[in-house]
Amino acid sequence: MKGNALTRSIQLGVKSLLLHKLRSLLTSLGVLFGVSSVIAMLAIGEGASQAAQEQIKQLGSQNVILRSVKPPDNPSSDQESRVLSYGLTHDDYSRVVETFPWVRNAVALRQLQQEVRYQDRQARPRVLATEAGYQTTTGRLLYEGRFLTERDVDSIANVCVLGYEVARSLMPLESPIGKSVKVGAEYFRVVGTLLPRIPIGDDQPAAGAQVTGEVLIPISTGARWFGEMQVKLRAGSREMEEVQLHEIILQVDLPENVERTAAACREMLSRNHQEKDYEVVVPLELLARAEETKRIFNIVLGSIAGISLLVGGIGIMNVMLATVTERTREIGIRRALGAKQRHIVLQFLVETVVLSVGGGLAGIALGLAIPLGVEHFADMETLVEPTAPLLAFGISVSIGLLFGIYPAWRAAKMDPVEALRHE
Amino acid sequence: MAETTAKAVAELRDIRRTYVMGSTEVRALKGINVSFGAGEYWAIMGSSGSGKSTLLNILGGVDRPTSGEYVVNGHEISTLNDDELSEMRGREIGFIFQSFNLIPQLNMLENILVPVFYQDNPRPDANERAHMLAERLGLADRLDHRPNELSGGQQQRVAIARSLINDPPLLLADEATGNLDSQTTDEILKLFDELHNEGKTILLVTHEKEVGEHAERILHLKDGLIDGIVENHR
Ligand SMILES: Nc1ncnc2c1ncn2[C@@H]1O[C@H](COP(=O)(O)OP(=O)(O)OP(=O)(O)O)[C@@H](O)[C@H]1O
Ligand SMILES: [Mg+2]
Repeated sequence: MKGNALTRSIQLGVKSLLLHKLRSLLTSLGVLFGVSSVIAMLAIGEGASQAAQEQIKQLGSQNVILRSVKPPDNPSSDQESRVLSYGLTHDDYSRVVETFPWVRNAVALRQLQQEVRYQDRQARPRVLATEAGYQTTTGRLLYEGRFLTERDVDSIANVCVLGYEVARSLMPLESPIGKSVKVGAEYFRVVGTLLPRIPIGDDQPAAGAQVTGEVLIPISTGARWFGEMQVKLRAGSREMEEVQLHEIILQVDLPENVERTAAACREMLSRNHQEKDYEVVVPLELLARAEETKRIFNIVLGSIAGISLLVGGIGIMNVMLATVTERTREIGIRRALGAKQRHIVLQFLVETVVLSVGGGLAGIALGLAIPLGVEHFADMETLVEPTAPLLAFGISVSIGLLFGIYPAWRAAKMDPVEALRHE
Repeated sequence: MAETTAKAVAELRDIRRTYVMGSTEVRALKGINVSFGAGEYWAIMGSSGSGKSTLLNILGGVDRPTSGEYVVNGHEISTLNDDELSEMRGREIGFIFQSFNLIPQLNMLENILVPVFYQDNPRPDANERAHMLAERLGLADRLDHRPNELSGGQQQRVAIARSLINDPPLLLADEATGNLDSQTTDEILKLFDELHNEGKTILLVTHEKEVGEHAERILHLKDGLIDGIVENHR
């Protein structure tokens, strides 16, 4: 009979809410928006952080990346024709490899500005001159063929591996393996292609450069044909740049040695470079920073959602207090006919919970729809954790209980005689 | 307890009720001693403000006396907590009000059944009983109507059906016919006569002499005290 009483209370609650449809609807809007913002914000935040973490993981959580950075312009230097020489050197590379016992793998990398052609098609990818270890340190996966080998490097072979996008744009219909593509003025035989990966912010070419994809060639072959000098055309003036190595990727043996390797690299580089023409990137640190950002993001979102839910709850409480006053006589009648205080509490609490749960369920639906819209229109990754709707549902029930208990208690505590006299 | 006759349904001993409003006190009942026997039919009369409604509320267990003892069906109500008192008034007492006091959002059948659901052990035959009462009171074809779709007489008959649903021994009516025309009043009074004949104890507050004449006895109240009990010879 107890369960029956509850179903009856719920029916009764729904019934009296339906009596004032517009009022009930407006009252539940607060919870609706509160709950939907909780879900949508969590989904967007989770998606963004997931994407960031994915990108950082691609850099390799056990890696330390040393990069050449062009130092700020020196205004006193000759503007006409100069050779700007900066960045990481072959000496840096040897020193790192020889000095640090924790470095399991060190890969040197040069980035070349060359056009790539195949028959009448052309592409402007990043041409990376690197070593055989590049694949393992960066975790790139092959699509077809093989990667560059040590033998390719030793024998200064004219071979290349094409990134997925480059392979697609140069040879959309045929397998590129064994074909010859032209990098700059030289022919390279394609030995393999790579699977695509999510683009990484840092990897993106400068805006407007129209560079997509990548082509990998042995570092020795790159040095042989293209040298270390690069001509850049900038705002009408010719500019020569000499960079020995654009990047050195160090793979450390154990995660706990990443910090120490990074510190040692910073120390060593600062000793050997007059200018700060390099940077040390530690994906693990980025990961920690991303995690921290996410934590702050969650606190901010949580507060916003919390406040909107609080406002929603207060709105419900306000309406319920008015309802209790409006129905004072009904309360008196029910009490005179034998209703106990708990029956009155239950009656009004059920109404509040039905309101907040109704708002909550609609809020969940809206909250699930918003991330879909965001993905579609803003092209952002979102991720709805399966716990989010459950959390939101729990929150809306709690709001109903929390903000319903006072009006219900007020109703139950009324003196039956006073309530009966009320008109 | 010696005075308590075995057949008394409700017994009041030195019942006082004082309302405190700020610094002033209103003594609505100043010491009422009376015993209502099982199956008796009483009218309670008196001028406005004499304490009739106050007395009836105490008898019905919706109000508690400031002092004095009230025993209903063997329970002394000052020993009952709020839940027990609520249970008792749902089970032992049928209330009928001047303004009907039906719940507007419920239909007739639901209104009749309200007292059932608040009982700890609701009677299993409540639904059949509701239909039976509706039939008897000539409401059978109106059960799905809302109170505002019915006449005053019909509404009061629903209220009477509701007061009878838990089959209480004691019926309390406060000006039950006060809002009705004379023809409907007669119908309702005929109903009370029938219920009396079936053994219900009925206490009827009224200030109409003709209504009071239906009862076996008239209790006259004046300024919160009993001004006399008159036997009716019908
Ligand atoms: N809640 C209350 N607070 C203060 N005084 C009250 C309250 N209820 C009743 N009284 C007072 O108690 C006295 C008795 O009131 P009661 O309602 O019992 O009179 P009554 O005999 O029913 O009158 P009527 O015929 O007008 O219904 C009156 O003086 C009234 O003003
Ligand atoms: Mg009165």
